[in-house]
Amino acid sequence: MEQVRYITEWFGRYDGQNIDDYIKLGGFETVRQLADRGIEATVAIIAESGLQGRGGAAYPTGIKLTQAREAIGERKFVVCNADEGEPGTFKDRELLKQNIYQVIEGMIVAGICSDAKEGIIYIREEYTWQHEAINDAIRQCRDRKVLGENVLGTGYAFDIRLFSGAGAYVCGEGFALCESLEGKPGRPRTKPPFVKQAGYLRLPTLVINTETLSAIASILRKGADSFKAYGTEISTGTKVISISGKVNKPGVYEIPFGLTISEIIDGFGGGMKDGSKGYFVQIGGASGGLLPVGMWNTRYTYEGLEAVGLSVGSGAIVVADETNDLRDYLKVIGEFFLHESCGKCTPCREGNRQLHFVLNNLAAGTADAADLKRYDSIMNVMKGGSLCGSGKTEVVPFLTARKYFPEAFRLEEAN
Amino acid sequence: MSVVTLTIDNQQVTVPAGTTVLEAARKAGVNIPTLCYLKGINEVGSCRICVVEANKSIQTACVHPVSEGMVVRTNTKRVRELRKGIFELIIANHNADCTICARNLNCELQRLGKELGVETTPYLKSYPEEEEIVSPTIVRDNSRCINCGRCVRVCDKVQEAGVLAFNGRSDKMFVSTFYDAPLEELSCINCGQCIVNCPVGALKEKDQTAEVWAVLNDPAKYVIVQTAPAVRAALGEEFGMPIGTPVTGKMAAALRRLGFKKVFDTDFAADVTIMEEGTELLGRVEKGGVLPMITSCSPGWIKFCEHNYPDLLDNLSTCKSPQNMMGALLKSHYAEMAGINPDDIVVVSVMPCTAKKFEVGREELEVDGRRDVDISITTRELAKMIKQADIDFTKLPDEKFDEFYGDSTGAAVIFGVTGGVMEAALRTLADILSGKDLQNVEYHDVRGLEGVREAEIEVKEGLKLKVALAHGGSNIKKLMDQVRSGKAPYHFIEVMACPGGCIMGGGQPIVSDQVRSEIDVAVERAKALYSEDEKAAEYRKSHQNPSVKRLYDEYLKEPNGHLSHKLLHTHYQKRG
Repeated sequence: MEQVRYITEWFGRYDGQNIDDYIKLGGFETVRQLADRGIEATVAIIAESGLQGRGGAAYPTGIKLTQAREAIGERKFVVCNADEGEPGTFKDRELLKQNIYQVIEGMIVAGICSDAKEGIIYIREEYTWQHEAINDAIRQCRDRKVLGENVLGTGYAFDIRLFSGAGAYVCGEGFALCESLEGKPGRPRTKPPFVKQAGYLRLPTLVINTETLSAIASILRKGADSFKAYGTEISTGTKVISISGKVNKPGVYEIPFGLTISEIIDGFGGGMKDGSKGYFVQIGGASGGLLPVGMWNTRYTYEGLEAVGLSVGSGAIVVADETNDLRDYLKVIGEFFLHESCGKCTPCREGNRQLHFVLNNLAAGTADAADLKRYDSIMNVMKGGSLCGSGKTEVVPFLTARKYFPEAFRLEEAN
Repeated sequence: MSVVTLTIDNQQVTVPAGTTVLEAARKAGVNIPTLCYLKGINEVGSCRICVVEANKSIQTACVHPVSEGMVVRTNTKRVRELRKGIFELIIANHNADCTICARNLNCELQRLGKELGVETTPYLKSYPEEEEIVSPTIVRDNSRCINCGRCVRVCDKVQEAGVLAFNGRSDKMFVSTFYDAPLEELSCINCGQCIVNCPVGALKEKDQTAEVWAVLNDPAKYVIVQTAPAVRAALGEEFGMPIGTPVTGKMAAALRRLGFKKVFDTDFAADVTIMEEGTELLGRVEKGGVLPMITSCSPGWIKFCEHNYPDLLDNLSTCKSPQNMMGALLKSHYAEMAGINPDDIVVVSVMPCTAKKFEVGREELEVDGRRDVDISITTRELAKMIKQADIDFTKLPDEKFDEFYGDSTGAAVIFGVTGGVMEAALRTLADILSGKDLQNVEYHDVRGLEGVREAEIEVKEGLKLKVALAHGGSNIKKLMDQVRSGKAPYHFIEVMACPGGCIMGGGQPIVSDQVRSEIDVAVERAKALYSEDEKAAEYRKSHQNPSVKRLYDEYLKEPNGHLSHKLLHTHYQKRG
């Protein structure tokens, strides 16, 4: 199946580093157009396109920009969330590497539309190798007056700096990210106030995913209708996905919404690795749901996945085959969350601590009925009682496993 | 002010906009359990025990703001189950051997368990190995810690000592210090506010009751006890008496029954302090010494100053604290007067304070190789000893302190509350400077609980004394930054490390946040001290204390004199 080249249109069309090549392709035109078109009309195009936040929360980007504009503060910020911490997700890496200027273009538009003058690219610690290239790109933008006091002669001021996280998964969460930016341990705050009102330095902060920013530039360049030509009525446009696991061609692909899981695996992932038999996929990252092979006819859309208790999440699709043991898989996810919980709130900190014991027993085949009761109780407390979205959604793989894989929870005869 | 009307458990409540659901519920008389919450200090919603349904979604009441027409339900099945589930998780990670915990029967977690009706946890017990991390004053035990963060925030926000912090994350997160260094290597001021704000038994004072019992049981020792003013304002709480009940007489009776040879009152030394400090102040004003002069009674403040304002050490009065003045006098003058070998004397002090334990150990605080004070215990430790001796405290008769070193004035007893040292000093200074026996002894300008206060007091015609007061680290910093900048116009400043003064010291009985939300503990305990002052109708000024007069006439000769300097004054050290 052929990839869509919408957001990734200019991948490979230049070296990803030379700003002049990007400008030659038509780069930054949307910034100039913005000056003519006006902010409201620009935001209206984004709203019309139906674009939803690609970090995982799927918040309508048009509304997000409007709210960011309405927020009041002495200083306002746009933060490009390039924390990309969900295991199995590596599409932002490619968006930064192959077309950083489009991300910057999206940031400038978001900045002007939300009346923010300061942009920050919050990049995950593991992408240290990209720092030099990104800083170089920012320098080139300043040299060409794409960033600075008078962006491309539009009269708007906007500048960007790069900030590296320190390696905590939870820093992809808006408030934890803000705390981290402030030099503190990444621990989420309670809401309200929201990040958009009081985020970084308790000032209005628009935290927006790398892919969403990249999409903003593409949509403005090509029009809302061109975006809506892909996908379904609710899930408009395309999604940049990361496929990994037991497939022949793991990688980053831009796909239209609406394909089935099987179509994605076969059409883009190159089919199951060495023709093995599929077992399950995990969709959307470590906090994404598990879907058994029997349900791979589910459509990859916001609405299609929601109907089966899953979500698009970060765009990760991890594929497992019959040689994989679901109990081992759950144990590994549990270990990940035990390592990455920030520790602030009881449900997530203590829930993960206790879940770890249960998952160990389950994987070792020594779990008993009391373990399963604990499993269910922990899920209930974490889902209902956690402070932040991370704790609340971490339960999804465990709940979907319980729902769709009863065999994994069948207790051994001996017990 | 805009108001918001909402319903909580079917009751309509109207509160100012911006109020949290918790505060609105408390106003409506609806109890919502809390654990990590400390009003104005720790409002982080991290323990999650205060979950409620607000417009059908689960929210933490302590941080969730009310909105117009909001419907709050605090005890639905969903809420109860969630709270129970959260509690079960907390308790699994808590060393709940309640019967041998310092906080048994006064523990917010224990009370919560009873309230929620949880009698078991389905989870594996998993908490750090019990290990007491002991500083000269404070003992930490992470096996009991529930990571609520109250101590961390009090240390940081209220005291601005900033010594405690969370280290690590997830299941490895624990309350600790900078690089996990021992408290004594850091700028910990030993104030103990972490202890009195801990909901459980993770923090306590270094217990020295066994040492006191040991000397009491040693027939070769002549064990004298002295009690600080603030102790009598709070000790009764440990025996179920209402907050704010002064128990001076019962305390004296209990101490005698515990076996102390002499039961003396640190108030005596407070009167001496006024003589020494007042004279020192007049000397500095007249001779152009370093001003403003700052009080030196609070050992938490002294260490705070040594760490944070080492450039202001010359502003500190050179007076030892009343505790140490008392000790030095007991082992010199009193020993001579009573014909006792000072080497046989053991001075035990009962203090509302944990920093006093550190002060007792300061190497400079001794005379002729004899420690001023040998053992300092807190109000809580005294209560523990009274309980250990099975003394029925509430039924004790009211007795008096022993003569001479038990004699004091109304000025001394108010030393225990913010503004008290200042007021006591003003009473004496005004008399001395005016040459009169002034009848108006109450200086209401310096009373109250405002964090930083200033006043201008005419102590004689044409001479106005400019004074200021601060209590609690964050307030102290505000005032000291002003002093450091050279812009402080004051002659005299009173500083107490704990918010509210000694009545709220780190060694005082611990009052749960739930009770604190209903009763202003500082106000009630302060009332107890002011009532003791008013009762002391005969002498309410330090210089009128007949025994203090005798002390000067027969022994010290004059305030700030040669002997006073040897016994009653000290020096300080710069600390990083």
